[in-house]
Amino acid sequence: MIKGTTKSTFLLLAFLTFSLNASAQASSGASNYLLYGLVGAIGLLLLIAILMVAENMLHIEAKQMGVDKSGANYSIFPNRDEIYKGKSGSLPTGSSVTALKRGHDIKLAGAAEKVVDAATAGTTFALQPQNFVGISPIPKVTVEKGNEVKAGDPLFFDKKNPSVIYCSPVSGEVMEVRRGEKRSIKEIVILADKEMQYRTYDLPDLATCKREDLVEFLLGSGVWPMIRQRPFDMVADFNIIPSKIFISTFDTAPLAPDNSFIVEGQGAAFQKGLDVLNKLGTKVHLGVSATGASSAFTGAQGVEINYFSGPHPVGNVGVQMHHTSPIDVKDPAWVLGVQEVLTIGKLFTEGKFDASRIVALTGDELETPKYVRTYQGANVGELVKGNLKNDGARLVAGDVLSGKQVAADGFLNFFDDQLTTLEEGNEYEMFGWLLPLSPRPSVSKTYPNFLFPDLKFKANTNTHGEKRAFVVTGQYEKVLPMDILPQHLMKAILVNDFERMEGLGIYELSEEDIALCEFVCTSKQPLQKILREGLETMREQA
Amino acid sequence: MGLLDFVKKIEPDKKKSPFLHTLYDGFFTFLYSPDSVTKGGVHIRDGMDLKRTMVIVVLAMQLCYLFGSFNIGHQHFAATGQYTAFLDGFHLKLIYGLIQLIPIFVVTHVVGLGIEFWYAAKKGHAIEEGFLVSGALIPLIMPPDIPLLWLAFAVAFGVIIGKEAFGGTGMNILNVALLSRVFIFFAYPTTISGDEVWVAGLAESGDTLATTYNWFHTGLFNGIFDWLGWDTFQAGMPVVDGYSGATPMALAFKEGWGAVTETYSTTQMFWGAIPGSIGETCKPFILIGAAILIITGIASWRIMLSMLIGAITCAWLFNQWGVTPFMEVPWMYQFYMGSFFFAMAFMATDPVTASSTTTGKWIYGFFIGFIGMIVRVINPAYPEGWMLAILFMNVFAPLIDHYVIESNMGRRARRVKESAGAVPVTPVAEAVAEH
Repeated sequence: MIKGTTKSTFLLLAFLTFSLNASAQASSGASNYLLYGLVGAIGLLLLIAILMVAENMLHIEAKQMGVDKSGANYSIFPNRDEIYKGKSGSLPTGSSVTALKRGHDIKLAGAAEKVVDAATAGTTFALQPQNFVGISPIPKVTVEKGNEVKAGDPLFFDKKNPSVIYCSPVSGEVMEVRRGEKRSIKEIVILADKEMQYRTYDLPDLATCKREDLVEFLLGSGVWPMIRQRPFDMVADFNIIPSKIFISTFDTAPLAPDNSFIVEGQGAAFQKGLDVLNKLGTKVHLGVSATGASSAFTGAQGVEINYFSGPHPVGNVGVQMHHTSPIDVKDPAWVLGVQEVLTIGKLFTEGKFDASRIVALTGDELETPKYVRTYQGANVGELVKGNLKNDGARLVAGDVLSGKQVAADGFLNFFDDQLTTLEEGNEYEMFGWLLPLSPRPSVSKTYPNFLFPDLKFKANTNTHGEKRAFVVTGQYEKVLPMDILPQHLMKAILVNDFERMEGLGIYELSEEDIALCEFVCTSKQPLQKILREGLETMREQA
Repeated sequence: MGLLDFVKKIEPDKKKSPFLHTLYDGFFTFLYSPDSVTKGGVHIRDGMDLKRTMVIVVLAMQLCYLFGSFNIGHQHFAATGQYTAFLDGFHLKLIYGLIQLIPIFVVTHVVGLGIEFWYAAKKGHAIEEGFLVSGALIPLIMPPDIPLLWLAFAVAFGVIIGKEAFGGTGMNILNVALLSRVFIFFAYPTTISGDEVWVAGLAESGDTLATTYNWFHTGLFNGIFDWLGWDTFQAGMPVVDGYSGATPMALAFKEGWGAVTETYSTTQMFWGAIPGSIGETCKPFILIGAAILIITGIASWRIMLSMLIGAITCAWLFNQWGVTPFMEVPWMYQFYMGSFFFAMAFMATDPVTASSTTTGKWIYGFFIGFIGMIVRVINPAYPEGWMLAILFMNVFAPLIDHYVIESNMGRRARRVKESAGAVPVTPVAEAVAEH
């Protein structure tokens, strides 16, 4: 076969040379075109011949290795499915993937190593009323300094909504009730016991109990605040039966913890949590990464599994809802994180309020980025103690896009499963806008970043420019995989145009969805702040 | 860092002299990117800012500047039949072009930036980078022989009426550079639409046109060239017989493509060795600029492509109609003449004045191409259509966006209606609430 082709190639080349010589004298227009056509046809034949040989050799190789019957495509030509379908990973057969193209993965140095350190849990924990959207700034605190509490004992409730109680994540002594601006309650700090004491519950039978009884039990147990309601990200309204409950099982934010790693060995509790949620709402949707996920997620029962692939923010529950079953103010959804589901599940499997959290300590300012097993609202300083490279580093509760800056004596927020450390960038840089000295993350092709897709950046907090009016258009759309016009929505919020805010889909967005737009913004606009103001306005209107 | 300390030391007081402080701030942030850090919101920011965006556009135009300054000289000497080969008399052509171009560039920036700085100081905000691009564009779209006073008026008009009146960079409705150009066009219509300004340095002497020079040519550079033993500028050289200085566009309008090719070859038009505005003649260099803008993602390829489609469609339709000589110019040859590519690459893609939605950009670009070609071919008063077409569509861009936004809102409203009907939300028994 190969010999034959070589021979024919020689023949073709000989013919080509000959015909070129022959036509060198006759240079009239018509014969030139004929020659070009001939050369083109010969070139095409040659190309086809080479492709055929390559194709055949691949098949022969596959046959010799005995893999030609495996169903995989051993050919230089992709088949149709390979072109049009997203990367499939390890999908169960018959499931489809929502492949999103728009977005951007910010690759930072300092990803957490996949070991769980149970020794650095810390000793003080705090519950912060300001973590909950929609409750009054001065809730009714039911404990005093010096009181002993068990994990799951109430600490405070909202006077406007007394059914929802907010509970202590750990057992121990109430150290302090700290107040913030205008006498609001900033945080209730608990000094944890070495041996955790749990509040005991009278568990309802999940199979037989009525929904009303279940809701009542969950409200009283203290796990209710873990359910958030979109739009607005507020504490779930127990007076409704939501048509959908969404759980995103993967986080694509920079350096985000790997939920498949976290859920390892806790599959039963996760499934139990899903069973509870199934009783609360009409349908539970599970957003699962199409590029590999724990069997606890892919094998979940009684829920609708939606597979997603693509760059950040595909892991955001808001984006997943948009592509599965969009929400509206009249048709809200309840959303939970994986670890919140685990807490609800463990309430039923173990009968205790287990607010333990596996938190990823990330960022390049840490000596050893790792996972730690701790509890909700852990003290940040204790988590990174002895692990920081420099003192001046910024500590961020959450990821670098939508997390909140915390002081070294501050606490992680209620829903946080990540702590990021980041170098401060308070330095002048000569011609930094034109000829930057160090690599920096950017979506712009004016930086050579796209040539190094695997480069991990050491980012800092410099704004890399000053705030300007909106000038560049279309850049937000490139990183927000939703049918939303972000710039026009932002402008509508700024001018308080209610009709447009609602029409352009403000209800479908949360800060984390717009965070990447804020990152790429050339004009350095504070989009998350604008969006939150808009959401607050709409919530007050509703 | 020594320089930083020094620069910090000379910072003027903000309260005492706001204008000086604004000026200082403008230059300081140009020299050093500021030390500001993120506060609230995202903790890291993209390395891209408005200065970088704008400077990439300016860099993309540099080849046009290079060619433009040389071509001013080339056209000047070609008119008198001296150094007719393009690269002959290289030093004379380049120096002549620069002597013509640099004052235009300086006047544009002194007037434009002066107004910009004054407004920034008055309103108390930082100097915005918008004029970096406008200021680089304006010289390129001016005729080489533009009187500097007119230019100063035009720039002032463009910046004040076009931009500052609306609130500065990012707020303007009309393209600032084009507004300056349209001011020149309507304020001095007989000169600008005639054949007089497109070739520089020719003045009436007796009953014919002849070259004329000033001190820079005859005093300064002739001295240097003499010393070096090179050719020098010769004043009073008469133009060659039958010279008109007409642009291809003017010829095509009167007598069609045949008349154009009698005077200029297609190669000449493609490479840009023809009379015209300073930066718009050399198509390959403009296309390189356009490629830079597309690859870096700074300008919208959608606008460029749809504008090309619009222009081709319109030109092709005219070919089918074909009642005037200009209409019969084959559609592909339309692109050899005039400033289509310059308008496409640098003018229509201005993000502030263009349509801001993705769908809107397709519509916006297409209509610029289509309307621009109509103006070029049909209207006897205007030799070129892109300026007017772009300004016209600038005005319509918010309307296009409005309908795109409405359709997005409509889509969402319909979906909400359907989904709300599908899954009603029902209240739970009151007992739970009383818990």
